[in-house]
Amino acid sequence: MSKKSFRQAINEALRQEMRRDPTVVLMGEDVAGGQGGSSGVKDAWGGVLGVTKGLLTEFGESRVLDTPISEASYIGAAAGAAATGLRPVAELMFVDFVGCCLDQIMNQAAKFRYMFGGKARTPLVIRAMYGAGFNAAAQHSQALYPLFTHIPGLKVVVPSSPYEAKGLLIEAIRDDDPVIFLENKVMYDDIEEVPDEAYTIPFGEANLTREGDDVTIVAIGRMVGMANEAADRLAKQGISCTVLDPRTTFPLDEQTILECVEDTGRLVIVDESSPRCNMACDISALVAEQAFGALKAPIRRVVPPHTPVPFSTPLENLYMPNADKIEAAVKAVMMQKTREVA
Amino acid sequence: MQISRETLLRSYRAMRTIRAFEERLHREFATGEIPGFVHLYCGEEASAVGVCANLTEQDTIASTHRGHGHCIAKGVDVGGMMAEIYGRKTGVCRGKGGSMHIADLSKGMLGANGIVGGGPPLICGAALSHKVLKDNGVAVAFYGDGASNEGTTLESLNLATVWHLPAVFVVEDNGYGEATGASYACAGTQKDRAAGFGMPYMECDGSDFFAVHDAARDAIDHARSGKGPVMLHVHLQRWYGHFEGDAMSYRAPNEVADAKKDHDCLESFRERAGQEKLLDLSALDEIDAAVADEIESAVQAAKQAPWPEEADLMADVYVKI
Ligand SMILES: Cc1ncc(C[n+]2csc(CCOP(=O)(O)OP(=O)(O)O)c2C)c(N)n1
Ligand SMILES: [Mg+2]
Repeated sequence: MSKKSFRQAINEALRQEMRRDPTVVLMGEDVAGGQGGSSGVKDAWGGVLGVTKGLLTEFGESRVLDTPISEASYIGAAAGAAATGLRPVAELMFVDFVGCCLDQIMNQAAKFRYMFGGKARTPLVIRAMYGAGFNAAAQHSQALYPLFTHIPGLKVVVPSSPYEAKGLLIEAIRDDDPVIFLENKVMYDDIEEVPDEAYTIPFGEANLTREGDDVTIVAIGRMVGMANEAADRLAKQGISCTVLDPRTTFPLDEQTILECVEDTGRLVIVDESSPRCNMACDISALVAEQAFGALKAPIRRVVPPHTPVPFSTPLENLYMPNADKIEAAVKAVMMQKTREVA
Repeated sequence: MQISRETLLRSYRAMRTIRAFEERLHREFATGEIPGFVHLYCGEEASAVGVCANLTEQDTIASTHRGHGHCIAKGVDVGGMMAEIYGRKTGVCRGKGGSMHIADLSKGMLGANGIVGGGPPLICGAALSHKVLKDNGVAVAFYGDGASNEGTTLESLNLATVWHLPAVFVVEDNGYGEATGASYACAGTQKDRAAGFGMPYMECDGSDFFAVHDAARDAIDHARSGKGPVMLHVHLQRWYGHFEGDAMSYRAPNEVADAKKDHDCLESFRERAGQEKLLDLSALDEIDAAVADEIESAVQAAKQAPWPEEADLMADVYVKI
């Protein structure tokens, strides 16, 4: 056990799985970098933010493949390789670039198994950065996990810390279905204790980062940290919160969400993605259908407005959910006149 | 054909403006005051300017993530660009877009682009507009060697040919897509790619304004006269990192220094203008001084400009809801 960054945790997960399983291959734009460069330096970048650094040196060019800027072909190649014996981890750099290769994910990889009557396995992982807060503007800041969650056949992972990232990525690589693994770009330097050895965290099992009596906060990815920050402040004001991290948006741990809402009777959902048809909507529908009787107050969603992500700092700050907004939402549900629950 | 004195002066000024704009951004970025990603166009000025010198305001261009040069060459307001990069309300895109999304449709500038390969399909559409509206306009896609490997780009070469569009595809080949060399990433040659679509191909040295200007004139004349699309392959060198903050370990240590010494479009312009007595060098010095002032005021104005306000967040998602 030692302290590791989110970046190091992901690098270690990739390295350990590549050592364990020779069919695991890596591909993406500049996952090594330096190919065809005039200095001859290989592994010049190790990914645009250094996440895959050093893997080329250990595993060589046959397993760490730099790609041309051709997402449709290499993401599709990863899907095809997955269906024929390899276990590719393809990096899409920014998840926004899925616009260039959605067909290969949505119509190909996701559907093979069902369309082929259960005869295919597609053990593919697509890693990509998501999220606002970097002044990266409208085409490099989206949180597109609802888009993938919408597509039957895909599993979708949104880790909330370095520990979570390592265990969930190893699980993703060993999983036999296509998995979309989304890394919040603002979190790469977050640090916590991460075991040195390989371990897995199962999909579809939510993590309760704290338990309380008054309000359940469901938060996704980077929002988990913000929810805990808000819950710390609220605790000092006498409001006790459960904070629940679903870890995967598909499969979704419906049971734990429902149990927590049954216990607290109040629900706030924090979701960084665009507000129409996002996870906050999906989880609200789940609770409205199956735990309506337990609700003492209307559900509240802390989500961005229905706009592209703006560039300018003050606008991006207004756009993003944050601990203040979560705190206000929790107080608002607490203030709501309690409904008589039978 | 002789380039007019007026065009020469205007082009020199545009190249100097791009150089000064970018070098200032390089310094300002290091102070931490500029948010987001910034990709500098230094070393490549003659490409944007040599091409745009042959365009009118109603012609359309589409640019890339490395878009400041194309914007300036197409006449986008420099003060408005600087304010945009600083995220201010006075920016050309009201602070909503930043460096990678500077656009001004009133100037025929269809946008920088955060998506590699985003521009070529849009340029097919702009060329279609020019063709259907019969306004005699042409549409020009600037895109990198890296972007030449996107499916969108290759499909656009085909579509433009099939539809016989007044389009010019300008491949700005600086030898790298991020940290990956074109010699690794691009199979075959740009020339053969053009030939594969039956498209005329031209190439030129992108550090020589005169070479770019003349090649672009032929390419644009061809497209404008209804003979269909053309590819113009411009050979370039990028003087800074892929983005600000890139240590460039993938490049030989002397590569950038040599490029600055041997492939400086402003130096070669001055040399030729002097030798052939095209222009008075003192006129060029005056331009340099005026540009330095212009950039200084643009930066000061941007730093003092107001930030966008809360109401701006929800504005302009749709024309009407
Ligand atoms: C669809 C897409 N893929 C990848 C990227 C990341 N990216 C930004 S610029 C760039 C390199 C582009 O190279 P090139 O087209 O040669 O332009 P240059 O940077 O050399 O001007 C890459 C890979 C992106 N922005 N969009
Ligand atoms: Mg390039």
